Amino acid sequence: MCLGIPGEVVEIMTDRPDLAQVDVSGVRRAINIGLLEPGEIGVGDWVLIHVGFALSKIDEAEARAAMDFLKSIGDAYTDELAALQNSKID
Amino acid sequence: MRFVDEFRDAEQARALAARIAARCEPGRVYKFMEVCGGHTHTIYQHGLEDYLPEQVQLVHGPGCPVCVIPMGRVDDAIAIARRPEVILTSFGDMMRVPGGDGSFLDAKAAGADIRMVYSPLDALKIARQNPGRQVVFMAIGFETTAPSTAVTVQRAKAEGLANFSVFCNHVTIIPAIKAILDSPDQRLDGFLGPGHVSTVIGCEPYRFIAEHYRKPLVVAGFEPLDILHSIDMLLAQLGDGRCEVENQYSRVVPWDGNVTALKVLADVLELRPFFEWRGLGFISHSALKLTEAYADFDAERRFDVPGVRVADPQSCQCGEVLKGVLKPWECKVFGTACTPETPIGTCMVSPEGACAAYYNFGRFRRQRLLQVSAR
Ligand code: SF4
Repeated sequence: MCLGIPGEVVEIMTDRPDLAQVDVSGVRRAINIGLLEPGEIGVGDWVLIHVGFALSKIDEAEARAAMDFLKSIGDAYTDELAALQNSKID
Repeated sequence: MRFVDEFRDAEQARALAARIAARCEPGRVYKFMEVCGGHTHTIYQHGLEDYLPEQVQLVHGPGCPVCVIPMGRVDDAIAIARRPEVILTSFGDMMRVPGGDGSFLDAKAAGADIRMVYSPLDALKIARQNPGRQVVFMAIGFETTAPSTAVTVQRAKAEGLANFSVFCNHVTIIPAIKAILDSPDQRLDGFLGPGHVSTVIGCEPYRFIAEHYRKPLVVAGFEPLDILHSIDMLLAQLGDGRCEVENQYSRVVPWDGNVTALKVLADVLELRPFFEWRGLGFISHSALKLTEAYADFDAERRFDVPGVRVADPQSCQCGEVLKGVLKPWECKVFGTACTPETPIGTCMVSPEGACAAYYNFGRFRRQRLLQVSAR
């Protein structure tokens, strides 16, 4: 729950400006972007995701580093990622 | 110095370690508290203590929100979950946390409808799909997750979802740090500030630690090099006679935090007069509850919550571990009666808990070190 997972924004939903589709490790998921400034992120940007919400915008290098770090911690990350993949927020 | 294990940036780590060693004044011991459980995890996982000179000691702090939930709150949540109309939703991290009368897992096995969710928005969805049931979200976490709960409650209100409520256990990090600074049994030289919490609250709220308590604080990232770099920054401050708040993790943490998130928080959640922390006791203004405007979504108002106080088990020394007074392996039941499968205390449950992190990684390293030094 405390882990931040990096995701790449692939689509901002036009009918729901508080939602975005992100790619996390090759899996597409909807996340909430209502905690960022309107217009702060666009397609191709990277965000750090906590419990289904983008909490901060990060650059690609940081996203890669964060992902490497998560992979290095093993189980806790696998569990968190599995939970994210099962999550279907709208 | 001994290098038991290597990681990707071992070269850089060694260079930092050498600089850290050079900054230490001979004969002086430095105690730095890493406030956040994520840092504790990294430290044990990568054996960072092996890179540090013996003069630099890392002390684990109270920054694991699962670890600080008192037993009474677990029991209260279970009491709500036992009502036939209720679906209790919770992050997976909470499922094994022992209350006075078992954990969520135990209650689920006994028939309560308790479901794991990844996001509070998943809980909201369950509420929409089950209009005939009462869906309660067990909200836990520091300022990292509290804004997500707040947004979810705003949505529930906007949608007029009458069957959704939140059992709010959100805690705030600043009063906990203050309680530790005021506690007589711990003398610290500085702090590694929590990375993700600071993404929301920014760096300003820590200023009193530097100005009033005269301790340096460096907001730190989660990778091994981040932590070593932050320790180096703390030692540099002490060497210069400075006490400041610095941000090592500026690539993620803006100095002013996340202003949007803070606004949402202020709308939906407000400070409780006091809240019990497991092992630390009651700390004033240290937790959040729903504001009057959202009182309809407060599970504590919707249901009769027993609100009992349950003393921690006699054998449990989580309080000492959470304050950094004891190392995990110094607890009498560590690794024997208390393991991740059968936790007695909370610190053994969450992967960010000091005891679990040490159990999973640190103890093997320590055994090896002891073997090496015995030879
Ligand atoms: S070993 Fe168990 S009881 Fe002892 S401090 Fe750790 S979690 Fe608490």
